Amino acid sequence: MSARSPSLGRRAAQGAFLVFCWAATGVALMALAAILWSLFRQGIAGLNLDVFTKSTPAPGSQGGLLNAILGSLMMCAVAMAGATTVGVLAGTWLSEFAKQSLYGKVVRFVNDVLLSAPSILVGLFIYELLVRPAGGFSGFAGSAALALLAIPVIVRTTEDVLRLQPTALREASIALGAPVWRTILTVIWKSAQGGMLTGALLAFARISGETAPLLFTALNNQFLSLDLTKPTANLPVVIFQFALSAYDDWRRLAWAGAMLIAVAVLAVTIIARLATREPKRS
Amino acid sequence: MSVATDTDAPPGAAPARTAKGVVFDRGFEILCFAAATLLLSALGGLIVSLAIGGWPAFAKFGFTFFVSSEWDPVQEVYGAAGPIVGTLVTATLALLFALPFAFGVAIFLVELCPSKLRRPIGTAVELLAGIPSIVYGMWGLFVFAPWFAHHVQMPIMMQAPPGSIWETLTAGIPNGANILTASLIMAIMVLPFIAATMRELLLSIPPAVRESAYGLGSNTFEVIGQVSIPYIRTGAVGAVMLGLGRALGETMAVTFIIGNAHGFPTSIFASGATIASTIANEFAEATGALHTASLIALGLVLFLITFAVLGLARLLIARQAPS
Amino acid sequence: MIRHVLLALVATAALAACSGKGAETKPATGPQISGAGATFPAPLYAKWAEAQKAAGGLTLNYQAIGSGGGIKQIEASTVAFGASDKPLKPAELETNGLIQFPTVMGGVVPVANLPGVAPGGLKLTGPVLADIFLGKVVKWNDPEIAGLNAGAKLPNLPITVVHRSDGSGTSFLFTSYLTGVAPQWAKVGASDSVAWPTGLGGKGNDGVAAFVKQTEGAIGYVEYAYAKQNKMTYAQLRNASGSYVSPTAESFAAAAAGADWEKAPGFYLLLLDQPGANAWPITGATFILMHRRQTDPATARAVLGFFDTAYKTGDAQAQALDYVPLPEPVKALVRKSWAGIVGPDGKPVYTPAS
Repeated sequence: MSARSPSLGRRAAQGAFLVFCWAATGVALMALAAILWSLFRQGIAGLNLDVFTKSTPAPGSQGGLLNAILGSLMMCAVAMAGATTVGVLAGTWLSEFAKQSLYGKVVRFVNDVLLSAPSILVGLFIYELLVRPAGGFSGFAGSAALALLAIPVIVRTTEDVLRLQPTALREASIALGAPVWRTILTVIWKSAQGGMLTGALLAFARISGETAPLLFTALNNQFLSLDLTKPTANLPVVIFQFALSAYDDWRRLAWAGAMLIAVAVLAVTIIARLATREPKRS
Repeated sequence: MSVATDTDAPPGAAPARTAKGVVFDRGFEILCFAAATLLLSALGGLIVSLAIGGWPAFAKFGFTFFVSSEWDPVQEVYGAAGPIVGTLVTATLALLFALPFAFGVAIFLVELCPSKLRRPIGTAVELLAGIPSIVYGMWGLFVFAPWFAHHVQMPIMMQAPPGSIWETLTAGIPNGANILTASLIMAIMVLPFIAATMRELLLSIPPAVRESAYGLGSNTFEVIGQVSIPYIRTGAVGAVMLGLGRALGETMAVTFIIGNAHGFPTSIFASGATIASTIANEFAEATGALHTASLIALGLVLFLITFAVLGLARLLIARQAPS
Repeated sequence: MIRHVLLALVATAALAACSGKGAETKPATGPQISGAGATFPAPLYAKWAEAQKAAGGLTLNYQAIGSGGGIKQIEASTVAFGASDKPLKPAELETNGLIQFPTVMGGVVPVANLPGVAPGGLKLTGPVLADIFLGKVVKWNDPEIAGLNAGAKLPNLPITVVHRSDGSGTSFLFTSYLTGVAPQWAKVGASDSVAWPTGLGGKGNDGVAAFVKQTEGAIGYVEYAYAKQNKMTYAQLRNASGSYVSPTAESFAAAAAGADWEKAPGFYLLLLDQPGANAWPITGATFILMHRRQTDPATARAVLGFFDTAYKTGDAQAQALDYVPLPEPVKALVRKSWAGIVGPDGKPVYTPAS
């Protein structure tokens, strides 16, 4: 067919391709809708004011998720602060300084390996590194484990988007007399901020629901505690423990908690996107 | 995007290259270098701690640890072949399912989507990445598995002619807890990671590059296939690696739905286990020293697999690069 | 832009912290005591901790990380006490300098999904159960099962075996029971996770319950609370006295009553296949592990005080959550054993008031 009429073949390929892209997005959105529907249907049933004002209850008691929400927020904030700092710097080094050096290749490779480290192993590593020597579980250990999971995602995306910034951009800035560090900070990072933000958001999304690395580091806490040097309550472990229990009130809280995580990720994504308001190419 | 001018530079910064600038340059480079080195030492520490923890298992079983599929905590005999094969099969299937879809979504968002819908749909896809994996697990167990068993697995098993290879390949318990459903759930989890990164890569192609291709009379399909994809190829491999990483290391969701059998999976509807799910399942309750060591050794094996896969991917890129 | 993400995060955190301040829950003050281990008793320990904290007692935070985790944590001294569903043997206690005592009991219940069979309408014995889980009996209308259920209409349905995929005290009790009553089970053995000859594994009690519910002809085993709360089709079991019993709080208590704790050093006792006409054959206690020699007597005193109070006032709470309290004589024995937990000065850290 294409031999006889190249333009027909081209148009057929184009058409099939477009249909596929539409269909792929449709399927992805359908999967999302199916999951969100189960999540929200069961999550909203468990949602009430107590969820935000009371700590996790024993079965049959009144209670909410306040301690877990605060603990998760604190640990995620500490983890993301550490992870973005280290991740962006390391990603920048890979893209701007390492070039094709052997050490750069090794670090790049190591980063890819860390990407697929099962979260439970990261948790065990931090357990050996921070929990055992300190003689107790702590929120900081939890943050460290989360940060170690978030860093590779940020490094990967940072490097990828920085490398795609046109060389002309760098040259123009250097030609104007700006030192390299200024060029990177104010020109390259600025122009790549959309991609870097995506990386940070993916990293946040990745760690926000992680149970396994927290179980052996932050443990969990039945009561409200704002002390990150002590076992710290967190949503994922609470969800994990409550969701698999025999008691209906615990299960309801688990679904409400899971929904809160999804909503938090959504909110942070939207807020951050609005805040940067990058000029998107049409 | 505009080149930054002095107007949006922070006050107090030297506009001209000075000795101070050079010092800062050096300092900044060292800072970045230190961050990269921290990364390296993290993995180094991780691997050393795994190697120490897993050593008793390697010492006891030697090479049979990799080829035996007998996993018996009572007799203290451990062979990792079942979970290794399970990991490879599920991660491969998940990537095969996710890749075309992720790619389609990314292209849709960049090239086809009406601009009003671009942001909501993009955010929606990213939201898929933010759902806790335990939710995927529970959704998979309570919603997806029964649906799949009834509408997909049963019809396929009915169609299989008795005695054929097809029947062997589709043998299993018709309740949706098997390798295929685990791979599908994994694919849904991996999709947003690949799609979001791909979209960013596509967006970062300088407009001039694409527009000149359009100017030459190419249609969307040709621009994507002949201009965009080659342009982002290295980054795209990175995006796939991101997805693969998530698939290899996924624990919670898979554990719920894969059926957790340690043997060799013989059909797509058989129960299986992955390395990560085995560790997650058994680590908390493992009391025997050898049991714990074997689980940690499994973790090390997962790293070896990752090393191999990534090494292979790099080799492929390097070979393609000159052309 | 990273600034923006951080700003957003900090802002949300601050907002949440502010909103939390006005609420009735205050951050824990005073010493916090951590314990970790077995999953099975976690809801009850949470209940006890909540009640005692509300009554002005101490803040005790117990977390379910699995019995194996509990044993490892107490050995590593990262927690004040560990908990395990699987008692340590007296020799193991000795080498690690630990002491153990039981707190409450529960039972393991075989559950099935059989159309047309009501809860309790299926009768099984240990050896038949072993044959099913070995994959020797593969159909529900097998003569082995039909022989025990004269009169019941058993379908010609393949049996799907469902077991726990995660290591658990429930599996330990179940496989220990099968090892004890069925010689053919010896090749599989008893542990918190075993090499199951057949079937598929569900994650947690909940995972097993879900697979059983979703698969016609499935059989599995869960903790009593799950069977009861989910109204599942449980099986009656023949006990050591030869009578068929249903899993109830009374039949678990009957198993405990028949046991001889006095002659069990370190309280190492599995309440399996106990004598007594009414005794449920798969019953077990859950245990607390503590160091014999305490470097921090105040913490140890607080922990023992907590369990002493729980023994006195916590029975009703235990029953409400489908646990079975220990008989009074056993509690007295445990209190006596606490004299073995000593401070740096060699004196017992806690003396129960009685």
